[in-house]
Amino acid sequence: MSFLKIFGCLTAAVLLFAVGCGGGEEAATEEAAPSAAVEYVKVDPATAGSVSGTVTLEGKAPSNPRINMSAEPDCAGLHSGPVHAERAVVGDGGALANAFVWVKDGLEGKFEVPGTSVALDQKGCIYQPHVVALQSGQVLSVTNSDPTTHNVHPLPRVNREWNRSQTADASAIERKFSRQEIMLPVKCNIHPWMRSYINVVDHPFFAVTGADGSFEIKGLPPGTYTIEAHHEAFDTQEMSVTVGASESKQADFTFSAG
Amino acid sequence: MNLRLHRFALFTAFSTLCLIIAGALVTSNEAGLSVPDWPLSYGQLMPPMIGGVFYEHGHRMIASFVGLLTIVLAVWLWKAEARGWVKKLGLAALGAVVAQGVLGGLTVIFLLPVAISVSHACLAQLFFCIIVSLAWFTSPSWRRQREDPGPRLPDRGAPSLRMLCLTANVAVFLQLMMGAALRHKGFGIIPHLIGALAVAALVVWIMARVAAQYAGRPEILNWALLLNGMVMLQLVLGAGTYWIREITEAAVQPLLPMVLLTVAHVAVGAMILAVSVLLSIQVHARLESSTADMGKQGVPAAT
Repeated sequence: MSFLKIFGCLTAAVLLFAVGCGGGEEAATEEAAPSAAVEYVKVDPATAGSVSGTVTLEGKAPSNPRINMSAEPDCAGLHSGPVHAERAVVGDGGALANAFVWVKDGLEGKFEVPGTSVALDQKGCIYQPHVVALQSGQVLSVTNSDPTTHNVHPLPRVNREWNRSQTADASAIERKFSRQEIMLPVKCNIHPWMRSYINVVDHPFFAVTGADGSFEIKGLPPGTYTIEAHHEAFDTQEMSVTVGASESKQADFTFSAG
Repeated sequence: MNLRLHRFALFTAFSTLCLIIAGALVTSNEAGLSVPDWPLSYGQLMPPMIGGVFYEHGHRMIASFVGLLTIVLAVWLWKAEARGWVKKLGLAALGAVVAQGVLGGLTVIFLLPVAISVSHACLAQLFFCIIVSLAWFTSPSWRRQREDPGPRLPDRGAPSLRMLCLTANVAVFLQLMMGAALRHKGFGIIPHLIGALAVAALVVWIMARVAAQYAGRPEILNWALLLNGMVMLQLVLGAGTYWIREITEAAVQPLLPMVLLTVAHVAVGAMILAVSVLLSIQVHARLESSTADMGKQGVPAAT
């Protein structure tokens, strides 16, 4: 066989490999609006309970790497001092911000999707907030407050992947995620330090801890639930909590710095 | 002998190596999707070269330039080259660069699916080999060798050196596939490590055979020495790349030392494949075939 034929065969093989394997795109539909026949769970406000608590970190908090924005003057100029990643934002007493807490198990039925949207902004070439949460089918509204272009690129495992650019003066990008997915990373390929996490849940019982590490999940029907806490830098934790009628239960999580 | 054509082919080969480096910079800087549309970039020919756009659009610009060079090279070969198989090789280069452009576009449109991204990386290596081969086939050295070939040298030993070299070509290409799959998260590190050992063993075997039988034949020995040297360098670069990726795993963005080492590893990988192909060409041109006439084996016999 001549070299020409070898080259030809290898080139054809490469192309066939690409064509043969390239069609594996997930066929998920993101705009799967619930049909009119669906009966939503109605939680009686008179008996609804809540779970609240604090997420803390035990041990020495890891340092957050410094972000180098020097390659992008439009971004660097938006900050007067050094900027650090938000991997582990730890406050007084080990209060851990940006932990996602949700009811993992114990709920039944479908819950109505809120008509309001959840905001994710790009400000200072950083995603704000760092962790967002919304219900599946709810609108995520991504805005750009920076004087530069970003691209918004979620990297889902079960939802459909997309990649949209957003110039400084562009209107908000509005998208929905149809499937439940926890800690779905979002990145900007133009500014590789930008990273955020979206949490998509099939019900409305979730929260993201604030700077004081606290959270509250309200409006829960009485029942026994598995509450789970996620943080990008630490292991996942869960606990079982029984909420009686109109009862408020405490669920504190402590992550170890390792 | 058209020396200008040879120099143009050399320049195209150099530009292609630059293109491979530019492509590696895109992946290492995680900039593959910083331009979400194709074939235009943000709907224009020249978007603002900010952040990752610099790497992605820069890669596209160099790719367009290499595409243009390849068209010129193919047309030039078609008009000026007497050997039909060299003309066809020029057309093969043209086909490969067009296919490569389409694959590059598909990686963007389909959001970097592993299969297409790996195919894009592998076709780049094949295209580079075609261009390097064209530069060699149009060179004065090749012409002199063909005009005064001297007696064919015996290819003693089993397997034959010809077979060893062909096996090395395939092994290096598979190893580059494993590397590309590793970079695009299709495979883990193990297949790439096994491939590295296999390629290193093959290349040492080839070197031992060449040193034992063709030490006085610089047209074979020099290529074998170069191949060995590059594979040894590549092993060091590979180990360095793995190490630096491990220690910078927690970095919030791609760090320059990691980018430089990884890109060097990719570029040397491409050069190893090209050198292994040139060694194969030399071995097939200079050694006796035990099975058939040279004209039926690969490199045409008379020109």
